[in-house]
Amino acid sequence: MTFPLICFYLFAAATTLAALAVILVRNPVHAALCLVLTFFSAACTWLLADAEFLAIVLVLVYVGAVMVLFLFVVMMLDVDLDPLREGFIRALPIGIIVALVMLAEMLALIGVRAMDMPAVPDPAAAAGISNTTWLASTLFSQYLLPFEVAALILTVAIIAAIPLTLRHRTGVRMQNPGKQVLVRPRDRLRIVKMAATKPAPATEEANTP
Amino acid sequence: MITLAHFLTLGAVLFCIAVAGIFINRKNVITLLMAIELMLLAVNTNFIAFSRFLGDASGQVFVFFILTVAAAESAIGLAILVVLFRNRATINVDKIDSMKG
Repeated sequence: MTFPLICFYLFAAATTLAALAVILVRNPVHAALCLVLTFFSAACTWLLADAEFLAIVLVLVYVGAVMVLFLFVVMMLDVDLDPLREGFIRALPIGIIVALVMLAEMLALIGVRAMDMPAVPDPAAAAGISNTTWLASTLFSQYLLPFEVAALILTVAIIAAIPLTLRHRTGVRMQNPGKQVLVRPRDRLRIVKMAATKPAPATEEANTP
Repeated sequence: MITLAHFLTLGAVLFCIAVAGIFINRKNVITLLMAIELMLLAVNTNFIAFSRFLGDASGQVFVFFILTVAAAESAIGLAILVVLFRNRATINVDKIDSMKG
């Protein structure tokens, strides 16, 4: 058993245990933290498969952004957990049965073909370039249009997510900067012409005692 | 020596855990979203393994795109979840049946 294989078993065990914890723990915050551990361990196994760029991207983008977003949302919502856990025990046997049958079928399929597959040497290392260069040369030549479409999808997701959570409150006193900028002096200030002196009123009652 | 079967087995185990998670956490939308993320991780692991053992960069490019789309999906899913919780004050899937579909 070589050292990379031992590392793979360790990382795979961490991934599996953390994934089990994700679906079994009661608190959603703990589940999100276990999901972070799952992604990190999976990134370690990807490193063993010479996919350095994607492993780093998984940690940066997924653990750094998406999982933190999950944690934000989970902590922001004050969820009442008890009704959500009803039926957990009742659904447990069928879930385990379905998962185990699926796992057995998949493992049988894997065992048929994949065991004797010869490993080719790492193509990026064979070409003398880094994994990132190797990936980018394919991504920006053969898959340029899908790359642009992916960027468009992300933009659409941002634009869709903002109006979904935007809340218009009525009855709130807010400044309208546009109106403030567009205001003209004569809307606010009225110049009145009037005489500088004012004649004293003729008080007839005072003259006739 | 790590073979292709090792990676595929890891992917299969992760996928089955995610399926079991969907079965046993049917009421909690947050856990359902997390199980979907786990499924995507399993598929990505398979893609990476095949890309490595066939010497083809297309598999890794696909993982790149899956990560992109999954990030967009979870952003929109969480936004919908926040709106849902604001309007109904629950994330129980059984209570979200006003459309009676």
